[in-house]
Amino acid sequence: MSESRPPASPRRHLLSVADLDRRDVERMLDTAQSLAGSLDREVKKLPTLRGRTVVNLFYESSTRTLASFELAAKRLSADTMSLRSAGSSVDKGESLKDTALTLAAYEPDVIVVRHPSIGAPQLVARLTDAHVVNAGDGKHQHPTQALLDLHTMRQALGRVDGVHVAIVGDILHSRVARSLVQALGLVGAHATVVGPPTLVPRGIESLGCDVSYEVDAIAGADVIYVLRMQQERMSEAFVPSLREYTALYGITPERVRKGQVVMHPGPMNRGVEIDPRVADSPAALVTDQVRAGLVVRMAVLYDVLTVAPVPDHVRARAVA
Amino acid sequence: MLVGRNGRSDSLVLEGRVLASAQGIDEALRITVRDGVISALEPGAPGALVIAPAFVDPHVHLRTPGREDEETLRSGTEAAAAGGYCAILAMPNTEPVVDSAAVLGALVEGARDEAVVPIGFMAAISKGQQGDELTEMVELAEAGAAAFTDDGRPVVSAGLMRRALQYSVLTELQLALHCEEPSLSRGGHAHEGSVAAELGIGPYPSSAESVMVERDLSLAGAEGRPVHLMHLSARESVAALDHALANGVAATGEVTPHHLVLTDEAVRSLDTNTKMNPPLRGEGDRDALRDALRRGAITCVATDHAPHARQEKDVPFEEAPFGVTGLETAFAALHTHLVIPGVLTLETLLERMSAGPARAFGLDEPRIEVGARANLVALDLDAEWNVTEDGFRSLSANSWLLGQALRGRVVKTVADGRLVFESSDAP
Repeated sequence: MSESRPPASPRRHLLSVADLDRRDVERMLDTAQSLAGSLDREVKKLPTLRGRTVVNLFYESSTRTLASFELAAKRLSADTMSLRSAGSSVDKGESLKDTALTLAAYEPDVIVVRHPSIGAPQLVARLTDAHVVNAGDGKHQHPTQALLDLHTMRQALGRVDGVHVAIVGDILHSRVARSLVQALGLVGAHATVVGPPTLVPRGIESLGCDVSYEVDAIAGADVIYVLRMQQERMSEAFVPSLREYTALYGITPERVRKGQVVMHPGPMNRGVEIDPRVADSPAALVTDQVRAGLVVRMAVLYDVLTVAPVPDHVRARAVA
Repeated sequence: MLVGRNGRSDSLVLEGRVLASAQGIDEALRITVRDGVISALEPGAPGALVIAPAFVDPHVHLRTPGREDEETLRSGTEAAAAGGYCAILAMPNTEPVVDSAAVLGALVEGARDEAVVPIGFMAAISKGQQGDELTEMVELAEAGAAAFTDDGRPVVSAGLMRRALQYSVLTELQLALHCEEPSLSRGGHAHEGSVAAELGIGPYPSSAESVMVERDLSLAGAEGRPVHLMHLSARESVAALDHALANGVAATGEVTPHHLVLTDEAVRSLDTNTKMNPPLRGEGDRDALRDALRRGAITCVATDHAPHARQEKDVPFEEAPFGVTGLETAFAALHTHLVIPGVLTLETLLERMSAGPARAFGLDEPRIEVGARANLVALDLDAEWNVTEDGFRSLSANSWLLGQALRGRVVKTVADGRLVFESSDAP
């Protein structure tokens, strides 16, 4: 396979947090912060990516991620189109390779990929000349989610360095958890993953996190990051019942200490992994995360298309 | 049991360092082959070549019938010839499955026309490899089956496994077992460990193999029947094999070049040519396999040559089928990665690629002695070459070694008295 790979090119992608270093993360967070100002203006559109084309290729259902990528591209004046697997040639059995090559024929600048299988964005990156952004591949990575979570923490806590985050729930099936643990490590923050032993994968410590099977481990954290608990985990016997899961790991007001903030990547199962009283409390940053999704995805699109920092005129306009 | 193309026998002379430890030979000799039989062994010039008994591969997927786009009897045996093999055993998990004398008979006929290197066709243990009913093993044996296996799938039912062991008394043929407990491997695409955990790939734990290895060795011991364990990957399986051997169970085992060389670290590339079943495991597993091969607990190197069409591997990791090719690279890969670094001696490698597998399946061991049918491989140990997609005789190129430089190359192969391969740049 390596044979057919083109030689390393200067094209910039965002495929995995593992490919980033601290400077990359901080640069994108800084860009996001600059761009955040532009959203408060009456005219929210920036001319930055005028003439560029962003294609969203989504093989899984998505509300937040797809909507925010579309809007992010539009706010930066890029042309954008979204292709979902349902109702496209994918329904007729077209392979990812052929779909990618077909889209590549329109010469998009960026292809944003969400796919149920690990490595799909890498495949698209190998087959096309576009910059590829991973919007979630299998249980592997969801790097823009990790970045928007860091942005949200920075806004809420004023820093990310030294912050302790407890990630609670189904770690095994979570690309969000994997990306976030790695991203936290890059910026000097620390993660503890908490969940039932059947849903914490063996060997996850090598990502640089602590592991606990006790919900008490969240007490010392600055941030409680709650993962969605899916119904199908019961039929696969990962946990005996939602009732027992909620009793052991559900985030109730009693389990949230004063001063802690609570995050959730959505969509929430109120009453399962998160008590509605917590979800609706001022400690919950869930809507902040959604808002952050837009500016961070703007920053990511901007970042992959240019190595230079945000030009002064954009910064000036953004904060004006 | 082995079927090859009918026809001529060759006469030729090979000269070099002859290495046949079973015959106690390690000296410079000139080997004369007349009409396919070794007719003289005389002192000769050492030259640049090592000449050894040719290799036997106990585990090859020829994809015929059903997927002739991936491999045919001809292309697969040409690949075997290029890899130094004088005999290969073909797996029955084809479309249709080799579970009746009719399907087997057609393959045997085909091999008489097409097989450059003799093939032994294995037949299925259970009808359709469904794990419910035994195949007509006696009729299959009479029709030329070389052994029985449901490879590609495990024999899930312990009861059926026990019946197969009991019934195998009637055929005296080996049962070769793919050990996998499906309720433990389900959804698994890579070894359970930090690499799978970090990448979020569905974990395939070592226990999925070892609990089945333990079950089958236990059944074989209780029934007093031999078994052959295919493509071992986990150290726990090696420990179970050691335990069984110490208790007198007539078990043999095989290991693939990729499990001897790679670990699950290779999966980080997300290259679908690092995806096999069983999966690449950890360093401790790899070391246990190397050690078992060295001391002879495992006596066979098997390629588990598994050709796949390009479009099937050109997909995301979890969607790709398991398996890699190996016939044309096995010796060079193991010479480069085990013999040169001093992990395994050349003599041991040659034995485990030839006499070891032949013995495990009751085949004649390739020998270098006057009067023996000529089954010889000539090797240039210093030749360096690059593994490239267009360099294969196999119809498929899903090799884990693509792009790599290897040292050591097969330059001539004599199988059943015929010169079946001669490298274009042979010295």
